[in-house]
Order: sequence, then structure tokens, then C-alpha cells
Amino acid sequence: MGLTNEHIKQRLTEKFGDQLINFEEPYGMLTFEAPRELNLKVLNFLYDDEELKFRFMTDLCAVHYPDNKGKELAVVYHLHNLVDNCRIRFKVFAPVEQPDVYTATGLFSAANWMERETYDFYGVNFVGHPNLKRILNVEEMDYFPLRKEFPLEDQSRVDKDDEMFGRG
Amino acid sequence: MSTENNNTQPQQNLAFPGHIEELPGGGIVLSKLDDVINWARSNSLWPLTFATSCCGIEYMSVAGAKYDFSRFGFEVARASPRQADVIIIAGTIVNKMAPVLKRLYDQMGDPKYVIAMGACAISGGPFFYNTYSVVKGADHVIPVDVYVAGCPPRPEALMHALITLQQKIKSGLTREQIRASND
Repeated sequence: MGLTNEHIKQRLTEKFGDQLINFEEPYGMLTFEAPRELNLKVLNFLYDDEELKFRFMTDLCAVHYPDNKGKELAVVYHLHNLVDNCRIRFKVFAPVEQPDVYTATGLFSAANWMERETYDFYGVNFVGHPNLKRILNVEEMDYFPLRKEFPLEDQSRVDKDDEMFGRG
Repeated sequence: MSTENNNTQPQQNLAFPGHIEELPGGGIVLSKLDDVINWARSNSLWPLTFATSCCGIEYMSVAGAKYDFSRFGFEVARASPRQADVIIIAGTIVNKMAPVLKRLYDQMGDPKYVIAMGACAISGGPFFYNTYSVVKGADHVIPVDVYVAGCPPRPEALMHALITLQQKIKSGLTREQIRASND
């Protein structure tokens, strides 16, 4: 493999300096955190750089950390360099009161539906998205169901007994 | 398999409705037109190709060569609701799917019948019933004639449901028939 995590990290640091933080390698996959204003710049750099060539977007999703004040919502990007078969992950954080993140649809067409899904479930507002509306849930839904303030299950049900389902 | 069962219930239902009036040199079949129509309809029920989750796999198995529901007159699954007589709700109905299911049901020509297959179609399912997205039973959306328990039901269970539906039609007791006779 021509591309090592150390090298990617070095290239990123040369370009962005200390703006990229929290470099980790869980299960060997380079992971870092970027300021949310820089998400497109980082994506563009990873895409355009002649060595890095991260030109395939594997996944785009969000995570809700309710205890992470001011940085409640994380948007996670997974990219794949198909030439060197190397993957990378990075996160940007946004406050839940104003979760604006620039859209990646200009760079990756695949981001269109993934951002709609992320908006649908977490309410991340992708600024500049051409068609930011719900994709999986009914359009009338007025909340974002995967945020942590919503319990995993509807607690108001009384007609179904958990014991019958082996978890009483 | 008890022989008693074989001799009583099914024979009654498999027989052509009516009786033969013996006359010199032959006989005449006497029957009620309604019974004959129900008999004919029950033996030619074309299901709609409709499956929303894992029950669909069992449904496909029943449609396939091993179980082969064409033996009982469920001849071909139709891809258009306008050509279908019975809709087998094979899987979870989510809120977004509910209007689609209603529309498919409305598009089916009368008489039409509904089978709710598996726990999800009956009550929202053993796993998903307590979520924001699942309809807690397809009978909130369209009326159901026969329920099949299971998660998913075995192919034999679905076959039993199909035959139960046939018997129900022959006795004129499906929702569709009751509604028509009240009009």
C-alpha cells in the first residue's frame, strides 16, 4: 500500500495546520475532527490532492451527543481512496440550536440522498443542498426521531406487554 | 394427520355447491347462483405482488415450485392491483407506506380480499411495534379478512391462511361479501 495514515496526516497538517484535531486510528482507520466551516475545504483537498485521491464517498451520517455542549451534532464523513484502497473518516461538529453545515453535494452526487437522510433523522441543515427535504420518514413529521431526547421506544403504549416479548 | 379431519371439513368445502337431482336418463345439478359464483371466485384468487419485508420471502416460497399455491387457484401473482383479487400484506407497514397500501387496496377491483401475514401486519411486529415509524397493525389502514400468526409464518401457515380465505369466501363471510350483501 502506497498510502499510510502517517503520510495522510502529514499532508493534512501541512495544508491545514493545527485546525484539524483529535487524530485517532480506531481499528487502523485514520479519524480526525475538523471545524465545520472547513468541511468542504477538507473534502476538496482530500479529493484533489494527487497523492490522497479520496474520490469516493462511502458514507455520510450524523451522531447526536446531547452532553457535548455547543457541539451536540456530529456529521461524519467516510471517504475511500479506490486507487490505494485506503479509507478515512472525519467529523465536524455543530450546535443543535443552529446545525448548519455546508453541503457536499457539489463534490459528491452521492451526498445528496445521504444528506437528506441525515437531515431527516437528525435535523442537520445542509446549507446549499438542492433539495433538502425528508427522504425516509413521512413529510408531515415535525421532529427528528434519532435525536437522543426521543426515547428508543414509545413509552406511552399500554396495550403491549413487554413480558410477552421476552424483555419484561 | 387425522383421517377424521380429512373426511369431514375439507370435503364439504371442496365439493361443488348444490346437489344432483336424479332423473330417468341423467340428472340435473341444482344450486344457488351465489354459491356457484363464490365457489368459482374462491378457486381463482390472484394475489398482488406485494411484500414489504421478510414475510415476503416466505410468500415467494409459497409461490415457488416447492409449495406452489397455484395448486389451489392462487394461480399467478399480478404486478398490477387492477388484476389482483387478494392482497397479502407480507411485512411491516410503516407510516410512509400506509397511504401506498391504501391506494393499492383502493385500486383493486371488487371483490377483493386481504390477508395480514405475520406479526408486523397484524400488530406492528415483535420488534418494531414501539417505534415512531411503524403502523401498529395493517388493519388500521385497510380491512383484513384473515390473519396469519408468525414471524415470519411458515409457508404452510400462509397456505392454511389462503385455504381459510377460500372457505370464508365459499361461506360468503368475507368483509367484502358482507358489505355487498348489505348494500
